Amino acid sequence: MEFTEEQINRYSRHILLPEVGGKGQKKIAKSRILLVGAGGLGSPAALYLAAAGVGTIGLIDSDVVDLTNLQRQILHHTPDVGRPKVQSGKDKIQALNPDVSVSMYEERLTAGNALKIIGDYDVVIDGVDNFPAKFLINDACFFAEKPLIHGGILRFDGRVATIIPKKSACYRCIFKAPPPPGLVASCQEAGVIGVLAGIIGTIQATEALKLVLGVGRPLTDRLLDFDARKTQFREIKVRRNPNCALCGEHPTITELFDDGDPYAGCAVRPSA
Amino acid sequence: MQVKINGKPEEIQSGTVLDLLKAKNIEPQMVAVEVNDKVLERDHLATTHLNEGDQVEFLFYMGGGR
Repeated sequence: MEFTEEQINRYSRHILLPEVGGKGQKKIAKSRILLVGAGGLGSPAALYLAAAGVGTIGLIDSDVVDLTNLQRQILHHTPDVGRPKVQSGKDKIQALNPDVSVSMYEERLTAGNALKIIGDYDVVIDGVDNFPAKFLINDACFFAEKPLIHGGILRFDGRVATIIPKKSACYRCIFKAPPPPGLVASCQEAGVIGVLAGIIGTIQATEALKLVLGVGRPLTDRLLDFDARKTQFREIKVRRNPNCALCGEHPTITELFDDGDPYAGCAVRPSA
Repeated sequence: MQVKINGKPEEIQSGTVLDLLKAKNIEPQMVAVEVNDKVLERDHLATTHLNEGDQVEFLFYMGGGR
């Protein structure tokens, strides 16, 4: 593929970078990135990946835009309330950059559809808000052998981690299974400072682009925790767990399953 | 004795990881515990004794994203 003059202009600040150049920009243009969830984390990730010229962005979300989303889900605007998030997201992505093709999946990711959908992409970004879905994405990326950029936000705290299946620690290496539903505060109860979605979602997008370009050191075997109250990042070293039920030496999870019903469970950190 | 909990030095009573969780009022099901970069199996919380200088991480679930 060759870039037009307009494209060379559009991506000139990328092309100027020795780590990207025309060659790297072509890698970006050929890349396929899947966003599971077109909400808080998915919004900033989608916009920056679109601006960067990612070839195909997949959006999975079964929801419609709600007024309470607009405090942080910047992919959606006031006139979009009531519209499917995937449609609203596609419109914004293509308005920003018509080079990007958008695949819409107006459904939930389930054990039934996950491998088929994920199999079509190079990198997966976790932007979901419940634990069963986070575990399902982790497991599906393991079976499909696709890199996953995990993210989570709650109140004033955020977390990011990159997971390269079979090479670096996975979500189940650390958290074996979803927490018991009864003990979990809901997102609505817990709240989140909206801009945190921007911080964590853009780090996820950065990690995805680095993987596409093969540049730098990915955020693997580390959890990056951000505390917005203190404006402090902390890196926690993690390792592959030989006892991991998914990617350990004697796995007990050998096929995809829905690990509990998706409920509105957000987090369980003792309230600060 | 002194250990590091989530990066901060803290003086604690000697005992097991489970004792420390109880002292901090943390429900064991709500947290993954790492000692010196290694995640503990939940059934080892009661049998793992902490030592001076250990680095303990309480990793809470962080689920939001929407």
